[in-house]
Amino acid sequence: MSKTLLLGNQAVARGLYEAGCTVASSYPGTPSTEITEFAAKYDEIACEWAPNEKVAMEAAFGASLAGKRSFCAMKHVGMNVAADPLFTISYTGVNAGMVIVVADDPGMHSSQNEQDSRHYAAAAKVPMLEPSDSDECLNFVKAAYEISERFDTPVILKTCTRVAHSQSLVELSDRVEPAMKAYEKTPSKYIMMPGFAKKRHPIVEERTAALTEFAETSSLNRVEMGGKGMGIITSSTCYQYVKEVFGDSVSVLKLGMVHPLPVRLIQDFAAQVDRLVVVEELDDIIETHCRKLGLNVEGKSLFPLLGEFSQNMIAEILGAEAPKGHALQEELPVRPPVMCAGCPHRGMFYTLSKNKITVIGDIGCYTLGAQAPLCAMDATICMGASISGLHGFNKARGEESESKTVAVIGDSTFMHSGMTGLVNVAYNATNSTVIILDNSITGMTGHQQNPTTGYNIKGDPAAKVDLEALCRALGIQRVRVVDPYDLAACEAAVKEELAANEPSVIISRRPCVLLKSVKANPPLSINADRCKSCKRCMKLGCPAISMKDGKACVDPTLCVGCNVCTQLCAFDAFESTAK
Amino acid sequence: MKTKNIMIVGVGGQGSLLASKTLGRLLMDQGYDVKVSEVHGMSQRGGSVVTYVRYGDKVYSPVIDKGEADYIISFELLEAARWTEYLREGGQIIVNTQQIDPMPVITGAASYPTDLVTKMSESNHKVDAFDALSLANEAGSSKAVNIVLLGRFSKYFDISDEAWNTALEACVPAKFLELNKRAFALGKSL
Ligand SMILES: Cc1ncc(C[n+]2csc(CCOP(=O)(O)OP(=O)(O)O)c2C)c(N)n1
Repeated sequence: MSKTLLLGNQAVARGLYEAGCTVASSYPGTPSTEITEFAAKYDEIACEWAPNEKVAMEAAFGASLAGKRSFCAMKHVGMNVAADPLFTISYTGVNAGMVIVVADDPGMHSSQNEQDSRHYAAAAKVPMLEPSDSDECLNFVKAAYEISERFDTPVILKTCTRVAHSQSLVELSDRVEPAMKAYEKTPSKYIMMPGFAKKRHPIVEERTAALTEFAETSSLNRVEMGGKGMGIITSSTCYQYVKEVFGDSVSVLKLGMVHPLPVRLIQDFAAQVDRLVVVEELDDIIETHCRKLGLNVEGKSLFPLLGEFSQNMIAEILGAEAPKGHALQEELPVRPPVMCAGCPHRGMFYTLSKNKITVIGDIGCYTLGAQAPLCAMDATICMGASISGLHGFNKARGEESESKTVAVIGDSTFMHSGMTGLVNVAYNATNSTVIILDNSITGMTGHQQNPTTGYNIKGDPAAKVDLEALCRALGIQRVRVVDPYDLAACEAAVKEELAANEPSVIISRRPCVLLKSVKANPPLSINADRCKSCKRCMKLGCPAISMKDGKACVDPTLCVGCNVCTQLCAFDAFESTAK
Repeated sequence: MKTKNIMIVGVGGQGSLLASKTLGRLLMDQGYDVKVSEVHGMSQRGGSVVTYVRYGDKVYSPVIDKGEADYIISFELLEAARWTEYLREGGQIIVNTQQIDPMPVITGAASYPTDLVTKMSESNHKVDAFDALSLANEAGSSKAVNIVLLGRFSKYFDISDEAWNTALEACVPAKFLELNKRAFALGKSL
């Protein structure tokens, strides 16, 4: 079949299709999200957005247990959430093949930390493959299913931003769907109570030994002998940078399987080269393995433990020539991401900022409320940490903070891991005020449906969680809804709920302006005679409003006529351009 | 053939993904090995975005490093200046002169730099600056800036109109195809 240009994530999805995967359950997270979106275009794969990564991984396990090849995908921090099932599925093994994608984000393009997922493979004792381009994404998925079934183990496929979000040429083939495996009740394999688990653990250790042997000869790992002055052991996108710089002038051991690592293959390679260097992003996992083998190796003594690498960096560090560019001799203003014009989160953050509320934040588009000029956030850790964090904050400081501190959390994040925190607020009794920023979509990762939106991954109608009823059922009696475009209503709600003598939830509800179903109003314009240059509207941090020649000015290409600024202006300077 | 490097830079939301997709398709159809590296996620929200397109006999790295770019196609003036360091000696910048204020400029914490076109030309780079936004509006939508720029870019390139057309047809949704063909022609006619 023909070659085509595919994004790494699209190639993973194609691999799932060709390998006969039947069930895929994931939770979105950059840079893994598009895999499941592309997979959902194949009718042969039952795809879904689960409420979080743990649920996704358990659903994928269930499908494997039932006898069909299954899949789940997540970003690196998603693996923290799914770690609990992972460590024990390692013991049970699988029935039909099970593949898990974890996507790292060195350089933190879109993440809150830079953790190295390879530690999970070692800690949970499951094999991990690492593709370096789209073609490998596709073919490694197929290899992963074979390994999964042959060695009775879940297999992790690890990508990173550059592999997931780069397009390269891929050769396609047809789908081959293996027959459904028989399901037989096997308590000693699948019920992990101590008696059975004790018998499974040695099997896991034997499996790792067998996989190490497999790694010695598997074509996933390959030696490209070139100049013998330097031998480089590398994987993933670093392999591409190394080849870009050195071509065949050095020798390369390219690892496609990064756990478990081979022994003899590495020793033999090391014996053939004068200088042995490991080039790996983030932690020193391959290097440490080499040291354990007693090899004289360089790695993190040369290369950083953080950020992304590049061809120039590798060239400079290893003594090759790197091109240099000319930067402008001028300090240029930065351009950070911003809350969109008309974003429904803005009205609520303006209210919090104006009233100098302490805000325990969470992760989503609304984290942008932390930026100037709103600056309405005090802490952000991980998904769900807002509500639980607020509870602890209030436990520590009591009434003093209960009356001026809130948690903010998005609808998808509330479904992901906010609900349990809210139960804790009710059960362990703090007078906490929680604001659910319900924009009816998972915004941050590019508009995925979730259990509160009423639609599934294919856009078909689905069961819709009633947030008000849910919060009440979790033990919160005071639940109210406000429209964040109505500043007076926001202010009243925040003040009243903070003053109330019991915990409360404010649902700040308005759909994301970028949704196709949301129709923009005509843009506003400024009546320059009325504008008194007070800059009050500038406190909103709306990208559509700026000061030009001393007067406020609206960019008509960005403004969606939300009228939040209109409510702030004491001089009625904002006018509708509607005819 | 040595690998050639094209960078597409701009502000999140300006449509750089369509431009890189079209270029990738065009170059693949010419029989080259191609890699395109995109930005998804956080920085799409009005932040500075960069896409790398590389092609040649065999392309390894998906990204372009400082001093490597043969061309920078920029959707916005300040963004062209920001990435100038990535241009090789004698490289070509094709830039839409539209200015979009970043948040520090909007809040007054910084000001939008002046004379950027002159400053970019000083460091031995070739700069082709023009108002792509007006041409896009003339074609029928401000959103067509991306394709106007591709039209302009096509002049630096020995690839037939048919090939460009095929790539556009493959990448642009049918409903916007005519508009985008107009935008391409306007960019090219300049
Ligand atoms: C454990 C984990 N999984 C996934 C992500 C990626 N992620 C960040 S925010 C977010 C969801 C945001 O949606 P929502 O809470 O509805 O807020 P919105 O962006 O729509 O304002 C996701 C999936 C993450 N940071 N951590």
